[in-house]
Amino acid sequence: MIRSDILRDIAPILSNQLVVCNIGLPSQELHLIDDQPSNFYMLGTMGLSSSIGLGVALAQDKTVISIDGDGSVLTNFGTLPTIANNVADNYILLIIDNGSYGSTGDQPTYAGLKTSLTNVAKACGCENVIECSAADTGKTLQSAIDSKKMTIIVAKCESGNIKVPVITKDPVVIRDRFMKAVQA
Amino acid sequence: MTVSEKIVADFVANDVEFITTVPCKQLAGVIDAVEANSDIYHIPSNKEDEGMGLCAGAYMGGKRPAIIMQNTAIGVTVNTLVTLTQYYRMPLPMLISYRGELREPVACQAEMAVHTKALLNQLNIPTYHFHKEDDVEEFDAILKYTYMCNKPVAILTDASFWGGYGE
Repeated sequence: MIRSDILRDIAPILSNQLVVCNIGLPSQELHLIDDQPSNFYMLGTMGLSSSIGLGVALAQDKTVISIDGDGSVLTNFGTLPTIANNVADNYILLIIDNGSYGSTGDQPTYAGLKTSLTNVAKACGCENVIECSAADTGKTLQSAIDSKKMTIIVAKCESGNIKVPVITKDPVVIRDRFMKAVQA
Repeated sequence: MTVSEKIVADFVANDVEFITTVPCKQLAGVIDAVEANSDIYHIPSNKEDEGMGLCAGAYMGGKRPAIIMQNTAIGVTVNTLVTLTQYYRMPLPMLISYRGELREPVACQAEMAVHTKALLNQLNIPTYHFHKEDDVEEFDAILKYTYMCNKPVAILTDASFWGGYGE
């Protein structure tokens, strides 16, 4: 399974949830598969999906799911200690780990080589860190939502992309409808 | 009331409830005052672009955010300021220690100081420079301005403003 297969699998679980999605292909794929006002698409700023999602979670009570990639977490490695030390039980970080920089041509990341993001997250002090196969991502995500405990999920999948159009929505529109979903 | 206490009181009066900080020796007092205030959620970040991500999230979650950092951070955060804070039109007061100005003891700090205002100007970021202690009187109005216009706004605070650099 590749990232877009996981996104298709979990789309029903993401329905009506607050979702902050990583830049590039992950956002474009999610936008194509199941666009909804409660999705915040990152159009720039690689690496900050986990930070933006944590900020939303700390500011209000609804569940927030940040969808990130292994390459983006490596870009913003400082995020894991911040998450560990600012526990928000309405926050889930879903790292789709395909061991590559998918949006830029599938160059390998260190997470696909020697570095285990699962072990790094644990070493940073994150308490509920679950590594799962691509096929188990849906049930792992659902049980994380149901647990009402801050959870880091590392979903291992294969590298690969589908053809998707870029997102042409205006950033202020994306932000405004997301904020209305937060307040709804 | 000390300058740090006045700054934190203005944050609270303007409903700023979420503040991220990356430390600077010059900012130690105001960071302590933020940490001590029970009306503010203080979340230290490891790098300033991470902090701006946290602030973007907090804003969308319904809380007014602010960041406290050193001017060297302008070099770190240009992309984040442009493609997140400005592109999505979000307010962000940035209380910045302006290192490398008069009374600076560390020569390297002057290297970034000479670029600080030029970079902020290039980014079209409204910029205020606190040089004398009384300049803090404008802080309340600057916060109101920031949340009125939904922009990142820089408040540069130099060593003279803070009463010197411990010399």
